[in-house]
Amino acid sequence: MGCMTFYIFNRKGRCQYYHEWQRLKPIKQGAGSQDEDFKLMFGLCWSMRALATAVDPKNPSKQQMGAPMRIGDGCSFNSIKTSNFKLHYLESPSGLKFVLTTDPTVGSMVEQLQYIYASLFVELVAKNPLYTPGDAFL
Amino acid sequence: MPAMYSLWIVGRNGGLLYSRDFLPLPPIEFNDKLRLASSWFGMCGIAAQLSPVPDSSGIQLMQADTFDLHSFHTLTGTTFMLLTEPHTPDATELLRTTVYELYCDYVLKNPFHEMDQVVKSELFDHNLLALIGAINRRWGVGLVQQ
Repeated sequence: MGCMTFYIFNRKGRCQYYHEWQRLKPIKQGAGSQDEDFKLMFGLCWSMRALATAVDPKNPSKQQMGAPMRIGDGCSFNSIKTSNFKLHYLESPSGLKFVLTTDPTVGSMVEQLQYIYASLFVELVAKNPLYTPGDAFL
Repeated sequence: MPAMYSLWIVGRNGGLLYSRDFLPLPPIEFNDKLRLASSWFGMCGIAAQLSPVPDSSGIQLMQADTFDLHSFHTLTGTTFMLLTEPHTPDATELLRTTVYELYCDYVLKNPFHEMDQVVKSELFDHNLLALIGAINRRWGVGLVQQ
């Protein structure tokens, strides 16, 4: 089974990169179009992160739920599991969001996502002199 | 150290029916709780729609650095959310069986309770506190908050 899809979003919500290995339910049945799929996925991750910050039991000074959060502030979640898939999430301090969906039996992918960010994205994409930050690539 | 922090019950249309903290937690405004409950409900639906595999259920578990949120969606549409310490053993089973049983016995079987009404049942509160309090004490965590 393994990995299904992979997204990278920038902090404004634009999808920078998307790759799919296997997607058993076509996008038409789910979100409708590729753009809608990106928007819904970003929205899901954004709301989940806001919820995690609001519900966090270890943070004594919390803001109200609707207050704008600074990038990198607050608690972020690692993964969401449903009966058929598991969504792994990593947010970099600059607001870049890495989303990986796999089958639900996979354990923690935090290290793998951090590797993708630190050793692949930063080294190969961010340090590329021809790359403008905020552009979609590939 | 495993611990159970709080339980929320969300009705069929996303309204918060019950929320209870079992350990001292940073306070959340009541309005914020209502918004969180309905966003959770909506997000579960979106996750099922976005799923790359057909026939997905709603969200069952959300893991973060400082907590785990277990969610049990019943066949009748009620959702139970249990906030726990990461890697608390048996939390899903507990939610699915014992907490649901308590809800059925003390809330649903109450002839004055209607579906999707806010849960106000002393027996439910008492038994739930006793159950979760005993579990927390077994792990040596805090006193039950009244």
